[in-house]
Amino acid sequence: MLEIKNLHVKLEEEDKQILKGVDLTLEPGKVHAIMGPNGAGKSTLSYVLSGKDGYEVTEGSATLLGEDILEMEPEERASAGLFLAFQYPVEIPGVGNMTFLRTAVNAQRKARGEEELSAGEFLKIVREKAKSLKIDADMLKRPVNVGFSGGEKKRNEILQMAMLEPKMCILDETDSGLDVDAMKLVSEGVNALRDEGRSFLVITHYQRLLDHIKPDLVHIMADGRIVKTGGPELALEVENNGYTDILEEVA
Amino acid sequence: MALPAPKQDVTDARLAAMTLPEGGVWARSAREDALARVMAMGLPTPRDEYWKYTNPTSLVAAAAPEAALHENDAIPLYDGIDRLKVVFVDGSFDAEASDDLTLEGVEIERLSDVTQMDIHWAKDLYGVLETNGQKPVERPMAALNTAYATDGLVIRATGQVAKPIALIYKHESTTSDAILHHVIRVEEGADLTLLENGPAAARFNKAMEVDVADKGAFHHVRAQGRDHERRANTHLFGRLGTESVFKSFTLTANGRLTRNEVVLELTGDDAQAHVAGAALGDGDFHHDDTVFITHDAVNCESRQVFKKVLRNGAVGVFQGKILVQPGAQKTDGYQISQSLLLDDDSQFLAKPELEIYADDVICSHGSTSGAIDEGALFYLRSRGVPEGPATDLLVLSFLAEAIDEIENEAIAADILSRLEAWLARRRS
Repeated sequence: MLEIKNLHVKLEEEDKQILKGVDLTLEPGKVHAIMGPNGAGKSTLSYVLSGKDGYEVTEGSATLLGEDILEMEPEERASAGLFLAFQYPVEIPGVGNMTFLRTAVNAQRKARGEEELSAGEFLKIVREKAKSLKIDADMLKRPVNVGFSGGEKKRNEILQMAMLEPKMCILDETDSGLDVDAMKLVSEGVNALRDEGRSFLVITHYQRLLDHIKPDLVHIMADGRIVKTGGPELALEVENNGYTDILEEVA
Repeated sequence: MALPAPKQDVTDARLAAMTLPEGGVWARSAREDALARVMAMGLPTPRDEYWKYTNPTSLVAAAAPEAALHENDAIPLYDGIDRLKVVFVDGSFDAEASDDLTLEGVEIERLSDVTQMDIHWAKDLYGVLETNGQKPVERPMAALNTAYATDGLVIRATGQVAKPIALIYKHESTTSDAILHHVIRVEEGADLTLLENGPAAARFNKAMEVDVADKGAFHHVRAQGRDHERRANTHLFGRLGTESVFKSFTLTANGRLTRNEVVLELTGDDAQAHVAGAALGDGDFHHDDTVFITHDAVNCESRQVFKKVLRNGAVGVFQGKILVQPGAQKTDGYQISQSLLLDDDSQFLAKPELEIYADDVICSHGSTSGAIDEGALFYLRSRGVPEGPATDLLVLSFLAEAIDEIENEAIAADILSRLEAWLARRRS
C-alpha cells in the first residue's frame, strides 16, 4: 500500500533536516502506529506524505500503490486514495460543512472519472455516516469546524474519512484533546472503516488510543528515523517506561 | 470665497455642458438651490482630501468617457423573485419594458412627472437629505445630481409593500451619461424592499434619498452589473426614525470606476442601520466605498461590513466613519473593512474613522488586508478539492459576513450564485 524508502526531508525556508532516512512499508489492510517523543518528525512525515508546502524532499521516495506521490499535488494524492486526519482541523467560516463534504467527494469522483453524486444521493449517505459518529444535522449545517469542540472537530475528520473512503489513512494525533468518551467514539468510527483494502498509519503519543485501534505493528520514531519496530507490546513498554530506555537501547 | 483655479475650471467646464431640466415651481427652486451648492463647493478634483484615494477626474469631466457594452445575462438577477420591474435604459425610463407602477402598499411615481407639478410631497425630501449630508463633508457630485437629474422614482410606502420593487438599469449606448435621482419615503410601520441591478450607463450619477419614519423598514439590495468599462458615482442618503430599520447591501463585480457613498443619520431612538458590500475586481477596477453614519439618538445600532476581493492590479478603497453625537448614548457601532488580495499587484486603501462624543457607547472598527489562508487552502486540497475551486471556496468564505447581511434568503442565494459564476469564469 504505502512504501517509504530512505526519506530525507528538510524545511524549505531554513537549513534544517527533519526526516533523516525513514523506511516504512505498510501492507493493505494493516494498521501501523508511529510513536515517538516530541520533535521526532512524526507530524512532518504526515505533512510530507499529504503534500503540504514548506518541505523539501532531499532523498528517498514514497509510493502509494506503486505510484510516486511526492511529485503529486495534494488533491491528486487525495484522489489517489490518501487521507490525512489533521491534528488541528482548520476552521472555514462561511462554508457549510455539507457543502465542503460534497465538494470534496465530488471533486475526487470527478478526478477518478466517476459520476458525481447528486444532492439527494449525497444527503442520504452523509446522514447515515454522520449518525454513527453522533454528528447531528446542526453540525452538518454549520460552517466547517467553526465553533466545534475539540471532540466535534475530530469526529468531523472521521466523517470526512468515511465519506471519502480513502485507501490509505493517516491519523495525526487524532486522540489529542479528546476525552475518554470522544476517543471511544472516534476509534469506533475508525474501526468501522477497517477493511482488507484499507491501511492506517496512526500517529500518537499515547498507548491508550491503541487500546481502541489495535495496531499490527508499532514503530518508534526519534530524530527523524524509525528506530525500533515491534508488536503492540512495544506501545505498552512506552506507556510504562517512556522513551528513554528504548532510545538508549538503540543508540 | 473663490474656488481654487483648477476646481473652478472643472466646475465651469462641466456646468457649461449642462442645462437645468424644466419643471414646476418647487422642483425649479430645489434644482437652483442645488446648483448654487455645486457652484459654492466646486466639483471634486484629485487634490481634495475626500478624494485622495479615488481620482474623480473622469466622473467630473464634461463628457462621459466611452464604455464598451457587455453582453446581458441570459438569466437576469432576481429572476426567480416576484417583483415589480422598473426599467431604465441609459438613464431613460422604458415604459414598454417596465411593469405597471401600481402595487399594494406603495405609491410609485416618476420624478420627471412629479417635478412638473407645482406642489408635491417630494419637495420635503428632494435634495433635503442630500443637503443635510453635505456636512461635515462636502459631496458636490450629489448636489450636481439634485440639480440635473433627469428622472428617477418617487416612492411612498404606506404599508407592507406587496413585493420588492426592482430597478433595472440597462446600458445600451457606449457614451451614455445618466443622472437619476430617487426619493423614497417609508411611512410609519411600512416595509419596503428595493432591488437594483445593472450598469445603467457609460457613466452613471445616481442619488437616492430614503426617509424611514418610525418603525418603518427599508431593505435594499443592489448589484452594479457586469460591464467592465462603466463608471459610477452613487449616493445613498438615509434618515432613520425611532425603531426603524435600514439595511443595504451592494454587490460590485467589475466596473472601471465605482464610488458608492452612503450617508446615514440615525435620528430616532432604537433604530438599526446596516450597510454592507461585496466587491470583486479583476484588473482595471477601482472600487470606493465611502460611508458616513451619524448616531444622533439613543440605543441605536449600526453595522458597516465591506469586503473586497482584488486581483490583477484591482484597487479597493474604503473610507468609513461612525460619528456619535453628544447624547447618543448606548450606541452600538460596528465597522469592518477587509480585502483579500489574490496577488501582489492589487491594492486596498482604507481609512476607518470613529468620532465619539458620548461616553456610554460600544464602537469597534477593524480593517485588514490579507492573502488566501495557506493552511485552509491545504486543508481543502488535502480533501481532493483542486486549487482553483478551493481558492473560490475560501473567497466565498471571506465574503460570507457581508452576504449574511442580506435578510431575504432567496435574494441572498441569487447574489451568491452571481459570485460563484464570477469566480468560475475566472477559473476557466
